[in-house]
Amino acid sequence: MAMFAVLFAFSTEAMAKKSKTLKNTQKKGFVRCGVSQGLPGFSNADASGNWTGVDVDVCRAVAAAVLGDANKVKFTPLSAKERFTALTSGEIDILSRNTTWTLSRDADIGLTFVGVNFYDGQGFMVRKNSGITSVNQFKNGISACTNIGTTTELNMRDFFNSRGISYEPVAFEKADEVVAAYDAGRCDTYTTDKSGLAAQRTKMKNPDEHIVLPETISKEPLGPVVRQGDAVWEDIVRWSLNTMIEAEEYGITSSNADSMKTSDNPAIKRLVGAEGELGAAFGLDNDWSLRIIKQVGNYGESYKRNIADPGILPDRGPNQLWTKGGILYVPPAR
Amino acid sequence: MNNKIKKILPQIITVLFVLGIFGFFTFNAQINMDNRGIDFGFGFLTQESSFDVQFSLIEYSGSHSYARAYLVGLLNTLLVSFISIIFCTILGVIFGVARLSSNYLIRNSAAWYVEFFRNIPLLLQIFFWYYAALRALPVPEKAGPWFGVTYMTIKGYYIPSFIWTNLDIFLYSILAVIVSIIIISTYAKKLQENEGKQIPVFFISLGLIFLLPALTFFIGGVSLDFGIPVLKQLSKTSYVFEGGIGLPPELIALVLALSLYTSTFVAECVRAGIQGIGKGQKEAAASVGLTPNQILKLVVMPQALRIIIPPTTNQYLNLTKNSSLAAAIAYPDLVLVFAGTALMQTGKAIEIVSITMLTYLSISLAIAAIMNWYNKKIEIKEK
Repeated sequence: MAMFAVLFAFSTEAMAKKSKTLKNTQKKGFVRCGVSQGLPGFSNADASGNWTGVDVDVCRAVAAAVLGDANKVKFTPLSAKERFTALTSGEIDILSRNTTWTLSRDADIGLTFVGVNFYDGQGFMVRKNSGITSVNQFKNGISACTNIGTTTELNMRDFFNSRGISYEPVAFEKADEVVAAYDAGRCDTYTTDKSGLAAQRTKMKNPDEHIVLPETISKEPLGPVVRQGDAVWEDIVRWSLNTMIEAEEYGITSSNADSMKTSDNPAIKRLVGAEGELGAAFGLDNDWSLRIIKQVGNYGESYKRNIADPGILPDRGPNQLWTKGGILYVPPAR
Repeated sequence: MNNKIKKILPQIITVLFVLGIFGFFTFNAQINMDNRGIDFGFGFLTQESSFDVQFSLIEYSGSHSYARAYLVGLLNTLLVSFISIIFCTILGVIFGVARLSSNYLIRNSAAWYVEFFRNIPLLLQIFFWYYAALRALPVPEKAGPWFGVTYMTIKGYYIPSFIWTNLDIFLYSILAVIVSIIIISTYAKKLQENEGKQIPVFFISLGLIFLLPALTFFIGGVSLDFGIPVLKQLSKTSYVFEGGIGLPPELIALVLALSLYTSTFVAECVRAGIQGIGKGQKEAAASVGLTPNQILKLVVMPQALRIIIPPTTNQYLNLTKNSSLAAAIAYPDLVLVFAGTALMQTGKAIEIVSITMLTYLSISLAIAAIMNWYNKKIEIKEK
């Protein structure tokens, strides 16, 4: 036992040496996580400063895996404009902020996307009484409120251009200002990711007066991002997210995780740390995944708690497991 | 010799020290960027920007380059600064003079105005004019016309557009007017100095300004049509004006906030300038028979301006820099378009931020240069 402990300590140290980010995180005692400035369901702080949301849960999962406590996270709210600079300059170690995975971002600016925790697409919101029920009814001269510095701005141009519609883009730096201006009647439509529309709708004066149009004009796979150049850290974040999704697939929840240790299914046993030594591969102990499931829950639990129960997007749509008709499909943990 | 070294050595050390620090940070940034796989370069400026901008003085769409997007932002910054500087100067002079009025109500209203607008943070004022005023404005279909053909709505202020034919001939005629006015006034000055004769320069100039451009309409083939804004239905409940020029409410809110805020500081400069002229001078001027108007024009103002100009230059510079708060309310200025959207889409933070900083520096230096030139022109010429 003692020898194992020594061996383990040695291997942890060896791996930690490889990953500067892991070493720094363990030394600091908290995970530095960049989130949004307030997007219900994804990353939102309540009145007492507690952060909740599916994006927040990714960081909590990493904290549970690396530090043993899902609460040891320092959240930094970032605007769309600041987010990548904060990550590449080393102010944060994970960016989990409804960020779309695109080629240029992945390849160009020193970032690495580790996975997708929400499949989204850009949509439009309009006032119900306008009588518009489809984007096909948009006419020349329409004004559209949105955020700057996002893929939204580019998709919007592609969309209106391909249809030959002239439009007035009104782009704000902060989401709250976009909502305020649209709500005041400055714009005819408000466009961003559909999850964002659903979440921001809850902030409006009269949510019932607005509808989200059925069309989706783009692919927006949202997921956590890390700095380029630290492969071990990248793996830890990727597999923390994968663990949550795979746990749901095997029916492991925060409440039954301990009892699953005696399961007959080796895949389940591996996930709860009762078989194999998966954690050693990136310098963690063997209970890293068990802690994620126990402290944060599986993906389904996180979705239900943050997005479905508050009524933001009760229907999981594509964000359902592949076994249940969605497209959530992660590589096996083995 | 020894003395000379003693004098120069500390200066050389200081310069080397500053250069060393600068080099250290540049070197560090380079190493860090290399480590993180970020490359440095300005090649992105020629790439297609692929985003649109709401309001632009030059033709622009997403198929233009980032360099063009930079120009759009720069022109929008210059536009809002230029308009606001004019308004804040007019308001500032009015309220500065009003603060010295002998009328109790005027004097105190002006004082209240100054204290109120200069003591509220500018960003709050911008938000106030944008959100509060925006909500108070009517939607397009309910907006009644102002002056017959303009419409103030929540989506902007719509005015008729000018459709010119042979605009160049018209512009040449204006140029000709300016040149001839300069010639006439120099001639008039000479005439007065040499023979003591006065000719009515003002009325001649006024006549020229109206006559010459008007002539181009009759014989130069110049004509002007107006594009009147027309209401158009977008959907069951939303409308927009088409034709004419739409000034975005963001521009209007920004101009209002910037000029009201800065005018208070200009007013104080004006008051300081006028109060800086001794009472005795005015009394002396009156005693040699100058009229009150002449006293103001020939005695007080030339001296007061010398006190007013330098601090007012500061205010103009502040105003221009403050215009970068535009980003908060979606006015597409340099910061929003270039240091915002373009930075985000390219990820070239260091390049774009340095270009933006250099641009503001150049604008400020240009304003300072113009004001310094004017200041030199009006300062006492020792003979």
